[in-house]
Amino acid sequence: MEKFDVIIVGAGLAGLGAAYTLAGQDLEVLVLERGDYPGAKNVTGGRIYVNPVRDLFPDLWPSAPLERFIVHEGVVLMAKERSVAIDYAGDELRQEPQQSFSILRAKFDRWFAEEVEAKGAMILPKTRVENVIKENRKIVGVRAGGDELHADVVIACDGALSLLGEQAGLHPPETPHNYALGIKEVIALPGEKINDRFQLQGNEGAARLFIGEVTKGMFGGGFLYTNKESVSLGIVIGIEDMMEKGGNLEAPALMEAFKARPEIACLIRGGVTVEYAAHLIPEGGFKALHPLHGDGMLIAGDAAGFALNMGFTVRGMEYALASGYYAAKTVLKAREAGSFDAETLSEYGRLLQESFVLKDFQNFQATPSFVNNPRFFSHYPELKGNILRDIYSIPAGPKDRLYPTIRKYLGLGEMWAMFKDFREVTKI
Amino acid sequence: MTETMDLKAKLGLDVFKPGGEGHIKIRPGKEKDSRLQKMGLICPAGLYSVSEQGETSLTIDGCLECGTCRLVCGTDVLEWAYPEGGVGVQFRFG
Repeated sequence: MEKFDVIIVGAGLAGLGAAYTLAGQDLEVLVLERGDYPGAKNVTGGRIYVNPVRDLFPDLWPSAPLERFIVHEGVVLMAKERSVAIDYAGDELRQEPQQSFSILRAKFDRWFAEEVEAKGAMILPKTRVENVIKENRKIVGVRAGGDELHADVVIACDGALSLLGEQAGLHPPETPHNYALGIKEVIALPGEKINDRFQLQGNEGAARLFIGEVTKGMFGGGFLYTNKESVSLGIVIGIEDMMEKGGNLEAPALMEAFKARPEIACLIRGGVTVEYAAHLIPEGGFKALHPLHGDGMLIAGDAAGFALNMGFTVRGMEYALASGYYAAKTVLKAREAGSFDAETLSEYGRLLQESFVLKDFQNFQATPSFVNNPRFFSHYPELKGNILRDIYSIPAGPKDRLYPTIRKYLGLGEMWAMFKDFREVTKI
Repeated sequence: MTETMDLKAKLGLDVFKPGGEGHIKIRPGKEKDSRLQKMGLICPAGLYSVSEQGETSLTIDGCLECGTCRLVCGTDVLEWAYPEGGVGVQFRFG
């Protein structure tokens, strides 16, 4: 039987963030990763916001293999036959330090893992953790690849399904309600073409979210992020909606229909798909967070539910990194105290509470129910599209006055429904 | 790029490492479960197919390991695990 100080399950951003923080502290730290290499099983949309985690990992960012810094933020309301787009660009987005970057996780995580190893933690890839080992209700290690590995504390960073937390009895098996399915293609395109098509220069990048017809009225939407020499294009669909309202719609076909939209087709023309991926996304926000610790165990990253749909953007990676960091800090304190019981490890929750992580989740706890309003996924895109169609339409004869053109869509019933929908914003 | 891309062709772009036995199995007697039938539409890799008799079968090759079927069907319908270490999809971009 092998005994370590800390076992970290999963070499994603939470696990690597924890290992990086613990490495070089005279601890035996083992990271177990089921992929061929760290990053092999990891998928993002994706874009990472660096500001919240810059100071937690100060040495990491200067040489990090990020893709492009985002200077265009777009939202596109997609109706069946038209769309309405907003594009925000500003000098502030260009100024250093830039706040957000597109990222490809297989590349980033592999590099991050090398940094972690250079600091002295051990990473064991190609090793699947089968179960936790419990003694008197305390987690004392894991079974992995047929071996029993013991540790003072296990940090579960095993991703959105959170199987370890379930095995440890910290939470029941997950259900469709709080999760969405993300499907993504990485489409290779020359950097020059990307710059021309998205109005970018040098290493600038664009982010664009799509809502409406993409998901045929179901919860979710589309996303596009420009990388250096590729575009990450994908859709997100609420799993419960897909089960209940999906009818005969096939998820892979929704992705193809999205790509075929004129708003998308011309952006990826001539591009070559080089990878097709799918991943679960926690969408439940604060109310769906898992218990964060137990006797001998901490949970971080997606496994804890640390992904947050803020409406105008979706975030996860910086919460994963920060929760890994605070899990590591908790372990260091617990080591000083000489105890890894639930009471000592509850420090983790306190640290997260004081950090941006739980503050964000609390402040945005109303967003999951706000964005889970079916009217956002069909009614509003159609309504705005129709209003703009009529405003911009110039008939052969005289054009109608502007006010009645708009007013005919905004009867009392519609105004009242809009008021009720957007009143919810006051809770965010 | 072709106008619409076949799902098999897309999966053919990914790197899969063979090995181990199927990590997800339909529990005997559950083949007609309505949740399984939904996976015929939801699985992003199109691995579940439903026969005319309403029986669902699963081909594990091409599994993207997203976990959606575990949420949709539950472990009373599926015997569900990740593939063994070093087996299955290995993303090069992610």
